[in-house]
Amino acid sequence: MSLLLDAILALLVLAAAVRVAAGGDGFARVVAFMGVGLLLGLIWVRLAAVDVALTEVAVGSGITGLVLLQAAADAPLTREREVGLLYHLCAGMVGLVVFAALAVVVLLLPDPAPSLAPDVVRALPATDLGNPVTGVLLVFRALDTLLETMVLLVALIGVWSLSPDRHWRRAPAPLWPAPPSGALDFLARVLVPIGALVGIYMFWAGADVPGGAFQGGAVLAAMALMAMMAGLSPVPAIGGAGLRLAVLAGPFAFLGVGIAGWFLAGAFLDYPEGFEKTVIIAVEVAITVSIAVTLALLVLGPPMGRKA
Amino acid sequence: MSGAVLFASADALLVVAVILPLFAVPVLFLAPSRIAERATVVVLGLSLLVALAIAGGVGRSGAAAASFIGGWRPPLGVGLRADGFSAFMLVMTAAVLLATGLFAMTTPGRSRAGGERMPPAFWMLLASVFSALNLVFLAEDLFTLYVALELLTFAAVPLVCLEGKLAQVEAALRYLLFALFGSLLYLLGVVVIYGLYGTLDIILVAREATASPGFVLALALMTAGMMAKAALFPLHLWLPPAHSGAPPAASALLSAVVIKAPIFLLVRFWLDLAPSTLAVAVAPMLAGLGAAAIVVCSLVALAQPRLKLLIAYSTAAQIGYLFLMFPLAAASSPWSALAWTGGALHLASHAFSKAAMFMAAGLIAEALGHDRIAGLSGVGRVVPVSLFAFGLGGLSLMGLPPAGGFVAKVMLLSAAVHLGAWWIAAVILLGGLLAGGYVLKVVVLALQRPAEPLVAQPVAHWREWVALALALVAVGFGFVPLEPSHFLFIGRPASWAGMVP
Repeated sequence: MSLLLDAILALLVLAAAVRVAAGGDGFARVVAFMGVGLLLGLIWVRLAAVDVALTEVAVGSGITGLVLLQAAADAPLTREREVGLLYHLCAGMVGLVVFAALAVVVLLLPDPAPSLAPDVVRALPATDLGNPVTGVLLVFRALDTLLETMVLLVALIGVWSLSPDRHWRRAPAPLWPAPPSGALDFLARVLVPIGALVGIYMFWAGADVPGGAFQGGAVLAAMALMAMMAGLSPVPAIGGAGLRLAVLAGPFAFLGVGIAGWFLAGAFLDYPEGFEKTVIIAVEVAITVSIAVTLALLVLGPPMGRKA
Repeated sequence: MSGAVLFASADALLVVAVILPLFAVPVLFLAPSRIAERATVVVLGLSLLVALAIAGGVGRSGAAAASFIGGWRPPLGVGLRADGFSAFMLVMTAAVLLATGLFAMTTPGRSRAGGERMPPAFWMLLASVFSALNLVFLAEDLFTLYVALELLTFAAVPLVCLEGKLAQVEAALRYLLFALFGSLLYLLGVVVIYGLYGTLDIILVAREATASPGFVLALALMTAGMMAKAALFPLHLWLPPAHSGAPPAASALLSAVVIKAPIFLLVRFWLDLAPSTLAVAVAPMLAGLGAAAIVVCSLVALAQPRLKLLIAYSTAAQIGYLFLMFPLAAASSPWSALAWTGGALHLASHAFSKAAMFMAAGLIAEALGHDRIAGLSGVGRVVPVSLFAFGLGGLSLMGLPPAGGFVAKVMLLSAAVHLGAWWIAAVILLGGLLAGGYVLKVVVLALQRPAEPLVAQPVAHWREWVALALALVAVGFGFVPLEPSHFLFIGRPASWAGMVP
């Protein structure tokens, strides 16, 4: 039974992926792409990697899908912009070769796979956390997570840099040019409070069960965007000090905690003994806020000259 | 040990090198742009001091410095490590980026060198590039390196289109696609390595690695990824439009240092990570592509109608020399050390001379309002200092004495000849000749008497002097002794032995 389920999932992912690559209408392909993300999420659940599944669905499918939908609406794919058959064949060949080589190597990998998971579980009690994934992200490999939050910040700077000087403090264009309909307004009024609660719960639960700042932040970002689409909340100008502090809070609170670690615990990004979980949760609050605001701003795009 | 002492200790400096440049970002976000710009230059200067302190510490102790993040040792934690080669790269990068910052500072009443858009964006991206590069040079963990490459890509790509012209946005998008494709291939390779060895630490992997099919595939994927990012022929097509279209200060830092990060990693992968038998077998392929890059891209550079495009193609060609180094440095012979030193010296002198040349080209374009080579006749009378900087940088590219490029090429040549790699020696000589062609084409024209008096805008003199200072450093490398550098070999072969968190 479970084998059948896995086989169906695998075939569905392949079918959706082929639909994405097959060409044609941009909108349909973006929707298929979001489908790939959702199906991959299910596969991650089947592989017992719930944290990865949540991230895949929230960021890989949801937020990325939104950005792509906007791009498809702004720049519809015309026949002149469609690349040639030769290009498709070349890309397909490269993909096939890499796929075949990887398939062979994956089958050759040692079994049981060497893994650091037992070491992580053994060291986890020292961190007072229950979720080993959060342990890896915020304790053992905290440097990577800190810099990933910086990557997100730099990506936002890159998007903002696309608009001219005189717009540097203004607001992005609204996602929804038409006046909001009653249905959307109703949906947003009902869904946004519930969704916000889910987002906050996901981050809060992340210390002990699957979930965490990235997934929770993505859900919160989606709710903020929904409220803006329904016209319940204006698109903010990017010059506001509050908004800018919210963007900076996560990466730089994390960096500050890292530096404090030198003085309080003896090493950069080490947490003071007995307060590990408290400090980690505080850092995660800041990161969740920044991720939510940054992801929403990434979807909104560069400021377009409106004064909010 | 108290926190304050720890903070200034050699090990902590490695972390400081990575995080210090990032502190410019919140200042740029919140403070008025003039003040924030000055503050960023101060941060760049402090970062140079940190790099010098690390290099000094490594040189004095004769051993690599290391730092374990959060006190967790690899394989569970992430380690940073500075050996002689890393320290060399840190100092070179910091010096070039500080010069770039000085060059890009706003002169009252004048256009910004960093582009016309988003005043603080150039500086934020510059600071992020700095942090990412330092992490590339220090990280000993394959996934941390992936994060560093991501940070580098997202900071470097927007620099190309800061002026917002359509052609620049197109060039930036192409750069982004190549760079992301490279990142993905690299990540695939890292996943395979974790599946094989259950660790991501380069030193721990190298200890167990054998030339198994899985490991060979992983290295192939990672190498292909880095080749795309380093613009090695035939994956160089993204580089000329991106590097020539960017504002001058951005071109200088992209061509001088950003492009060196994937090459540094290739050196790490093939000389530190791969078993030496495998490295000896693969290195000639890398060198073959390097040779093709030198010949093809130099010839294309000769045919360029615009100065900045010529310099950009010259970068794609000069990258090739660094790949010629691989078979020479991988051979287990006393001459390998000389080849290695020559490669490192070429890397540094190219960085300084190329930054100088892009800045000079930017100033020439600012003075004349265009950078068409055919219209450069007599520009030597308008911006003599800039032209001098361009010429000195070109001297180093040609490999003429007394410039750094000369000594680097002599080292590579003698290693090639003693190791019997005649074709490498031939390519080095041919490449020097071609470089002479494209540099002299510009300089000779610029020194001629103009047919009609040139109408030129004045340029800021101190910016000309920054370009000249960089060119002089490139020439200064010509006075290093012609022998294998002891400093570059400190801490090799890499090991965590004797290092405590």
